[in-house]
Order: sequence, then structure tokens, then C-alpha cells
Amino acid sequence: MSKSFLEVDGLSKVYPDGQGGELTVFEDIRFALEKGEFVCIIGHSGCGKSTILNVLAGLDEASAGNVVMNGKEVKGPGLERGVVFQNYSLLPWKTALNNIVFAVQARWPKWSKEKVKEHSERYLKMVGLDHALNRKPSQLSGGMRQRVSIARAFATQPELLLLDEPFGALDALTRGVIQDELVKIWEETRQTVFMITHDVDEAILLSDRIFLMSNGTNARIAESVKVDIPHPRARATIFQNPAYHKTRDYLVDFLVNRSGSALPEKDGSPKVVEPAKGVAQPEPAAAEPETESETAARAVNA
Amino acid sequence: MASLNVRAALLSVSFLILALGLWEMATQPPEAQTGMTEYEMLMGGADQESRVPPPSAVIKLAWTELSNPFYDAGANDKGIGIQLAYSVYRVLTGYLAAMAIALPIGFLIGMSPLMYKALNPYIQVLRPISPLAWMPLALFIIQDSDASAIFVIFICSIWPMLLNTAFGVANVREDWVNVARTHELSPIKTALTVILPAAAPTILTGMRISIGIAWLVIVAAEMLVGGTGIGYYVWNEWNNLDLASVIFSILMIGVVGMLLDLALGKAQKLVEYKE
Ligand SMILES: Nc1ncnc2c1ncn2[C@@H]1O[C@H](COP(=O)(O)OP(=O)(O)OP(=O)(O)O)[C@@H](O)[C@H]1O
Ligand SMILES: [Mg+2]
Repeated sequence: MSKSFLEVDGLSKVYPDGQGGELTVFEDIRFALEKGEFVCIIGHSGCGKSTILNVLAGLDEASAGNVVMNGKEVKGPGLERGVVFQNYSLLPWKTALNNIVFAVQARWPKWSKEKVKEHSERYLKMVGLDHALNRKPSQLSGGMRQRVSIARAFATQPELLLLDEPFGALDALTRGVIQDELVKIWEETRQTVFMITHDVDEAILLSDRIFLMSNGTNARIAESVKVDIPHPRARATIFQNPAYHKTRDYLVDFLVNRSGSALPEKDGSPKVVEPAKGVAQPEPAAAEPETESETAARAVNA
Repeated sequence: MASLNVRAALLSVSFLILALGLWEMATQPPEAQTGMTEYEMLMGGADQESRVPPPSAVIKLAWTELSNPFYDAGANDKGIGIQLAYSVYRVLTGYLAAMAIALPIGFLIGMSPLMYKALNPYIQVLRPISPLAWMPLALFIIQDSDASAIFVIFICSIWPMLLNTAFGVANVREDWVNVARTHELSPIKTALTVILPAAAPTILTGMRISIGIAWLVIVAAEMLVGGTGIGYYVWNEWNNLDLASVIFSILMIGVVGMLLDLALGKAQKLVEYKE
């Protein structure tokens, strides 16, 4: 059996319940990520998604189980794993540019000042913030702050990117624009991403696979849903794809009707589901996966 | 309509003129009298001397003192500038020594709940002690009045700095510490590039409180130890019954205290940040 890039094995988290007993938030979490994959995890509030992500980041410790990345056990935080927090976590006394410089310097301490600056500016440009380099976070809107935060994470080129509801605090309009930017920057870099979201559409737009968590306590990752929609994708056109609706219906049904009782396979790994299997793609055989409208949409977005 | 600032300035000046005018009138010598009473003759007219001087006398004195603030004509006759310089020197020495101890220990206490719990009882007992209560002990142990005054400044400025540093450090947002952790910063680098700037506004608030207290305490300390300094000067002029000089030096204590506070206020502005 070939080893995956990231292997999570038997993770569980137990808290004291305050009455002398124990409270198992989640248990026996098992999954694997391959290099270059974009995976989202969805589940009801409180089932332990953030805790799992923090364990992967090394910021929190699991009660049992382990995480192995590239054959090495994850113990504590590290630069090979970048995190984008829900509340941006920019250092408010530094400008947008210096927040990224700070991270890039930590990643490559030997780089010259000019190289660090140039590299940082390039990533700020990627998220469309080249006009706001010297503004402090308090002078930026929520959406702009989250862009800086995303640029910071991508700029350090971690092997695994962890995003905890990065768009949770943004209005729908801004959220859409930044989703497009994330798609773009991910298409360019093809980094491995593990992301928490509550938004089904966002998950479909971005992911290769979507993990569905059952409700806590004793939550599990019950299913791994494959998203059969070719890259590159665009927010404006993805709903024209029949696979999109099949996938969406499946996810919503899980969240509304089945998340209370769903269980993974007997061996603890998530059930693999392909709700859009066999659905005809717009141009299934073509080497060029883009439809005309997708091309048009990308031209508009560019 | 003049701006608020202009109106406020006009009002300030009118208050000043009004206050000085009342003061001047209240301290006029009695109407030229035809003769002295028996008592006054016995006192040799000294009663007039010991009146509170009018502002005009204080201003005249201020003018002569300030036009040559650094003259030195022996132990009991030095310019106001020299006396103030002694006091400022003592305050700054004690204050900097307190800083050198309070900031690192405050960091330690702020970072480590264990150290906080272990040291807190001592801090709580030592903090409410009037700094002047240390003076006899300091004089006995140090055997030097100048150093004892500095020690008293040290002991009174240490607490606000220590407590504010500990509080600021302990309350740095966990997210920012996590940013440092995910970027694998060393503990020293984390302390200097994340925790220090994050806690700086709180630390500076403590430093500003400390300098204010130190300036309050130095006057009393110098009255006790004598020799030099603005506190000694006030006391000495009182013994000379030179009330104009007393009033003048009281004003100078206020001015210097304000300048020290302004300097720390500026420093505070420099490290402030908006979230
Ligand atoms: N210190 C703690 N003591 C006890 N229980 C805790 C503690 N910290 C977290 N929990 C519990 O762990 C569970 C998982 O929390 P977590 O933040 O991981 O949930 P989540 O899935 O990210 O939720 P959300 O979608 O709302 O962000 C919650 O039910 C919470 O009550
Ligand atoms: Mg969460």
C-alpha cells in the first residue's frame, strides 16, 4: 500500500464534560490527502472541524491518533503547514506588505531584503492588492484583510495549506470575488489545501473531494464525496454543469437528513461517494475541458 | 465663529488673568498706615515680609531665575536649572533601573502562569507600601543619601511597569501568538517581533504612570535627604521664608512633571496600533 502525502489515523478529541465525566467531540477520524488535492470539510457547527484543522496545524493536540505528513509525524506547528485563520490574524502594527514580508523572512531567512520584498509584492498582486501595500490592517476592509491573509499563506509556499472558514465573516458579494481569486491562485500554484466551510456551493466550486462529518458528539468523517467537475472552474458558469446539481443535492441531503446517523466504513475510513458518476460532462471526450462560456467567464474575470 | 481651540485658548488666558488679578489684590500690603501698632513695632515690621507674595513678585523672581538657571554659588545657592537637573537625573536613574528589572520580569510573569502565581503574593504586599517608608532602610543599608533617593524612585516606579507589562503580555491575542508559532519563530524572536509590539501600548501606559509617580515622590524624597534637588530647594526656601521662591519652584515642578508626561505620551503614540 503506497503511502499518501498526508495520513490521519484514529484521531479523537476528548474534553472533560465539567461533571467529572468525559465528552468525546470526535473519534477515530481517518483520512488521507494526496499531493495537490483541494479538500473541503463540511459538518454542523460544533462537530470538531476547527479542532481537527488545529491538530493538523500542530496548534492543538489530539487525545489519540496521529497525523503523518510526508512520512513524518506532525508534532507542533511548522512552516511546511500554512494556516489561514477565520479572523485573518494579521499583525495590526504592520502594513499589509510587512505582514507578508514577516512570513517570507521566517520561511527563507537567508533571502536578501530585495528578494523578500519582491516575492511578497508578487503575492499581494495575485490577490489584487498592489494598491494597498502600505496600509495597516485597520485601514483595510474585511475582504481585503482576508486577501492579505491568503496571500501570506500562499507566499510561504507551504506543502499543506489549512483554511478555517476563510470567508465566514464576509458578505456574499465579497465572498464570491475572493473565491474566484482563490480558484485563480490555486490553479497557478496547485498547492495541497484542506479547508473548512459551511457553504456547500463554495465547497463544490473549490474541492476535488468533500468530507462530510456526522454530528457531534462522537462525530466521524462519514463520507468522502468526489466532485466530478473538471478544472479550471468558474463561479459564474459552474451551475450549468449537470454534475454540479447532482453533487449539491447529495450534500444538502446529507446535511439535512443524514448527518445525525451517518457512519463511515467498517474500517473507519470515509465511505467514498460519487454522486455525479456517469453524468455526461459538457464535452466529456475533449482534451480541452473548458466550455466556451467558461472561457468567456475567465476572460471577464481576468 | 472661532474654532473650539481658539475659544478655549481665550478662555484659558482670561482665567489666568482673573486668577492672577485676584491673587495680586489679595496680597496687596495694607493701605499706607500712619504708624505702626505696638505689636508691629515689636516685630520690626516682619509681618509684612511673611505675607504671601503677589504674583508680580513671583514673576519678577521667575524672570531673574530663568535668565540664569544654571548659576552655582555654593551649596545653598544654586540656580533652579541645576536643582531641577539633579531631580531629573535621580528620577531617570531610578526609573531606568526599574525598567531594566520590571520589563523582563513582567514578561516572565505574563508568559508563565506558574511564575504569575508564585510571584503575585509578593507583588501584592510590596506594591501598596509608600515608597518613602523604604527610606530609613535604604539609608541604613546603602549609607548614601543620593543613592537612597534613587532607590526610592526605583521602588516606586517598578510596580506600574511590572504589572502593566505582565498584563499586556498575558493578554496578547492568541491568534498573533499562533501566527508566530506557525511561522516557527524562536521564543526570543516571538517575544521581540510579536509579543513586544502587541503589548507595547499597555507597557507604555505603565511607564507613563510610573514616571508620574516618580516625579511626585522625588520632591518628598529630596526634602528628606537634603543636599540638592528641587525638593530640597523648596524646603530650603521655606526655611529662608522666601515664599516667592517656594511658589516659583512649585510651578517649575509642575512644568517639568508635565514635560516628562508629554514625552511618555509621545512615545505611547509611536507604539499605538488600531485593531
Ligand atoms: N476547552 C474546551 N472544553 C470543552 N469542550 C470544548 C473545548 N473547546 C472546544 N470544545 C468543544 O469541542 C467541540 C468542537 O469545537 P470546534 O471549534 O472544533 O467545532 P467546529 O466544528 O469548528 O464548529 P464551528 O463550525 O462552529 O466552527 C465543540 O462542541 C466545543 O463545545
Ligand atoms: Mg470552527
